Amino acid sequence: MTIAAVARPGTALRRLLTPLSYVAIVLVWEAAVRAFEVPAWLLPAPSAIAGAASDWLPELATNTLVTLRETVFGFLVALAASLPLAILIAFSEPARRLLYPILLGLQSIPKVALAPLITLWLGFSEWPKIVIVVLVCFFPILVNVVAGFESVPKTMLDLMHSLKASETMIFRRLRIPAAMPHFFTGCKVAITFAVIGAVIGEFVAAQSGLGYLILMSTSQSQTPLAFAAIALLTIMSIVLFYGIELLERRIVRWSH
Amino acid sequence: MSVAALAPAFAMAAEEPAAAAFRKPVSAPAIEVAGVTKVFGEGKPGAVHALGPIDLSIAPGSFVSVVGPSGCGKSTLLRLAAGLDRPSAGRMNRYGEPLDGPSRQTGIVFQEHVLFPWATVLQNVMLPADVLGLPKAEATARAHHLLELTGLKDFAHHSPQMLSGGMKQRAAFCRALLADPQLLLLDEPFGALDALTREELSLELSRIWQELGRTALLITHDIEEAILLGDRVLIMSPRPGRIRADIAVDLPRPRNVGTAALPRFQEIKQAIRELIFNPGRPE
Repeated sequence: MTIAAVARPGTALRRLLTPLSYVAIVLVWEAAVRAFEVPAWLLPAPSAIAGAASDWLPELATNTLVTLRETVFGFLVALAASLPLAILIAFSEPARRLLYPILLGLQSIPKVALAPLITLWLGFSEWPKIVIVVLVCFFPILVNVVAGFESVPKTMLDLMHSLKASETMIFRRLRIPAAMPHFFTGCKVAITFAVIGAVIGEFVAAQSGLGYLILMSTSQSQTPLAFAAIALLTIMSIVLFYGIELLERRIVRWSH
Repeated sequence: MSVAALAPAFAMAAEEPAAAAFRKPVSAPAIEVAGVTKVFGEGKPGAVHALGPIDLSIAPGSFVSVVGPSGCGKSTLLRLAAGLDRPSAGRMNRYGEPLDGPSRQTGIVFQEHVLFPWATVLQNVMLPADVLGLPKAEATARAHHLLELTGLKDFAHHSPQMLSGGMKQRAAFCRALLADPQLLLLDEPFGALDALTREELSLELSRIWQELGRTALLITHDIEEAILLGDRVLIMSPRPGRIRADIAVDLPRPRNVGTAALPRFQEIKQAIRELIFNPGRPE
């Protein structure tokens, strides 16, 4: 008998605990809706949601793709814009003084409040949604990367200075790797915001996307379809989050 | 573990023209300090007079230990010697040249290991070679030599997190020695280690230092460690740190486990304790 053999059933049970709890919630939900005869337009049972999902599969698929595109594209644009700015802010005092208050002000505006205006300016295409996604993603990435560049312990800087390392050398060898965990934290926050941003944009004015689908289906009392769309949004959010997490585990091996 | 195995690598490094030129003024002290003071926040209301005035001369090839109570500015003294800080007043020379910044002829070991967690042990040891642009093949060979010397051969490709505290500090020593510095600055390098590891590592350092014949300045709060390693022990007063006494350690080398049991060792230790704890009494 080895210790591993004794420990195995315990870890297997622990692994099953999360999926089991999900199954339990779905079962309780289904039972409650049936027992109390809740109408489907108010709260559909999981089976009814699954039925709606299979009936509307092509519509759900195309609209998922639209929202996914807006989310990912907006996120990537925010990434491309925030990284150079983070470097500028971290290394230039005038840039920090000039840019940080502006960015902070921009961040303080609730993006939901801006959504109708952005739609007014950019029309009904996917662009206003992408711009909203960029706006909500930009700041978490920027702030975390700046904090990451500055998270370098003083002793490590002393070590580099004692070797007469140049600032570019310190940046490459020390600040970039030190900032990586922070960068990924920012990305994970941003990608969750990104999905919300895209849906807000679609709520304001859209002809496609899961947000649009939720709005349309609830107004027509097609509540099971709305629930199916919400489930897809949740799955999208989780998949994107864990995609970044996976990338982080591959790159930032040292902090796990 | 043979120290002699490292000798050819060092001889090879010594023939580099830059290093040869650096060694020309043989008679010049490795470190010369004259009237040096350090005030933090100079001219401001909360200014702290941390150090000095201090006069000090460290002969090339000698091992000088500095002991003193915490906050006496001994680490400040080391940072000045490393060129990481500038003195507020006074003059400092390194091998006869004005000390106006860090030098590649100086290797530092800090109290914390300061190993980069994202790099392997070998990559960490190779850091000076990368930063200073030393020839890669030679530096790699030397890094492997040093890792073998310190018993880390099998951990070259491990992450530093997988090493014990003592092993991390050994790796930090390897890194400090990689560029074959003339001067080793040691800022409480064993301060974060347990007593057994500390003693083991100090004896190892003593052996390596004697083999390499480099100059070393050790900052410590451990009197026994200071004596065990040093040719001289400087005792510093509380802030502002001044050198209160300069004790010659006339113990035979090589120092070993038995050294601390010698009556002479105990005499020196008692003399230093008197100087630290009863400063008012005449010597």
